[in-house]
Amino acid sequence: MLNKTLNPKLFNEDVERISMRDGFSEGLVRAGEEDENLIAVCADLVKSIKMDAFTQKFPDRLVEVGVAEQNLVTVASGIAAASKNVFAGSYAIFSPGRNWEQIRTTICINNQPVKLVGSHAGIGTGPDGVTHQALEDLALMRVLPNMVVLSPCDAEETKKATLAMAKLDMPCYIRFPREEVPVITTKDSPFEIGKAQVFWEGKDATIISTGEMVYQALLAAKELAESKISVRVINVSTIKPLDTKCILQAVEETGAIVTAEDHQVAGGLGSAVSELVSQNFPVPVKMVGIHDRFGESGQPEELMEKYGLTKEEIIKGVLTVLRMK
Amino acid sequence: MKLTAQKVEELEKIAQEVRREIVSMIYRAGSGHPGGSLGMADIFTALYFQILNHNPKDPEYLERDRLVLSNGHICPVQYAALALAGYFPLEDLQDLRKIGSGLQGHPYRGFLPGIETTSGPLGSGLSQAAGMAWAGKHDQKKWQVVCLMSDAEQDEGNVWEAVMFATKYKLGNLTAVIDRNKIEVDGPTEKVMPLGSLKEKYQAFGWHVLEIDGHDFKEIANAFEESKDIKGKPVLIVANTVLGKGVSFMENKIEWHSHSINKEELDKALKELE
Repeated sequence: MLNKTLNPKLFNEDVERISMRDGFSEGLVRAGEEDENLIAVCADLVKSIKMDAFTQKFPDRLVEVGVAEQNLVTVASGIAAASKNVFAGSYAIFSPGRNWEQIRTTICINNQPVKLVGSHAGIGTGPDGVTHQALEDLALMRVLPNMVVLSPCDAEETKKATLAMAKLDMPCYIRFPREEVPVITTKDSPFEIGKAQVFWEGKDATIISTGEMVYQALLAAKELAESKISVRVINVSTIKPLDTKCILQAVEETGAIVTAEDHQVAGGLGSAVSELVSQNFPVPVKMVGIHDRFGESGQPEELMEKYGLTKEEIIKGVLTVLRMK
Repeated sequence: MKLTAQKVEELEKIAQEVRREIVSMIYRAGSGHPGGSLGMADIFTALYFQILNHNPKDPEYLERDRLVLSNGHICPVQYAALALAGYFPLEDLQDLRKIGSGLQGHPYRGFLPGIETTSGPLGSGLSQAAGMAWAGKHDQKKWQVVCLMSDAEQDEGNVWEAVMFATKYKLGNLTAVIDRNKIEVDGPTEKVMPLGSLKEKYQAFGWHVLEIDGHDFKEIANAFEESKDIKGKPVLIVANTVLGKGVSFMENKIEWHSHSINKEELDKALKELE
């Protein structure tokens, strides 16, 4: 059953769709209003990742480094060292894709509380093609000590996540896709860094999902419910630190897991959940996501279909783990 | 302010002390980078004992000048200068590269007072220094940022991203120093990856460039004095130095870039550094 704080029109065909970038934009402006020490750093993508509203409002608080992602994060580290609250954004494939060692050394080892923003994450980035589809960014950031990793599921949650990370005194990475995605949460939906949320109650199996795949997970849960299969859906908007309590409770109560993400399953949410489950309460796990390959150009929905990021794949996964129980 | 002969003599004495500590600590550690450390002993001495506004008793003092060491492998020279300046006890220098020590093989922020940033992987110090300088300028602070780099490090693309950034934002509060000893791990810099005229390169990017003898305290002090007077653009000081300076058998020898020191070599070096 659907969590009562979620969008009641979620399953309508004409469900409203908003880009998570808009949620980020709104969150950044609000965070900027609340903290005059907040500085935004960008690498020639201000409009594209929607830092433009912040820039219009606070023109002297935007630092534009040009097409230079190594400089993006190291300048950000330097500004943070001078007691500023810094957001540094680009496409996920460029940052943290290109500048990983600089992030590791100058942000994570230094423990400078820089907030990294990776837009255009996932295969849903679409027509730009393989070079622009970040499918490895969660893995890159998840392995770094001191780093918090966020992956919200819709625009509203992205706004809340942006505001929450602005108040965080440690390094943090947030990723979101380019395209417009269904509105899942409302102002009343709870959000807290480090807490996963049960979006659909169930007892036979659990779908643990993140980002735009949460919508597919909910569609799958609804369809399975019609076949009298009761699954739980958990939205993991904090990939690190993982909400071990919520996940292990689901594992113990339902005994079977399917993970779903727009990312390589190696190193991503699938890996994170498997690491936890295998060491604490081993149960069957199936991973829906990208399996060790690159994408290509296409419309987001065509790519999601071709690469198996669909409710059908999730349902198949659920039926498989139920047989393995 | 021009240095008096007495002040120069005083600084030269401290620099020799710094050098003695460098060879002693690398001898005890069993590994390290003596060449670059010795070559930069005079500049570090000038910085901590003449140029920088800092407070060893309050390393986080907000109005301090920031010193960013980009080529972290020469940290023994910074550790020795910090200890002699009073940041921590001299006997801590015994623990270079030892487990649990604040004197890590490469500088680790938070492990030792006076270390502004973690460094070792080359090419990222200048952009961090530029970020600090941007913030200082934004907040109209008086403090200055000094970034020390190696010459071979100029091979890194990240450096040039920062060079352009500092010009764009008119970071007059930023002074970079390049340790121009012309030697890197695989051989002479001009053979491994020719750098040509760093002065002309930085000038072409909009920097004010000074070139000095990196072992002459008067030239060092004058260059930093002049750099403070340059408004609206960053300053580069190309410091011509000798790798291994002060220890005859190490001077200008590539193998002493990274090398352990045995007891015999230590005794010989200490004798020369008396």
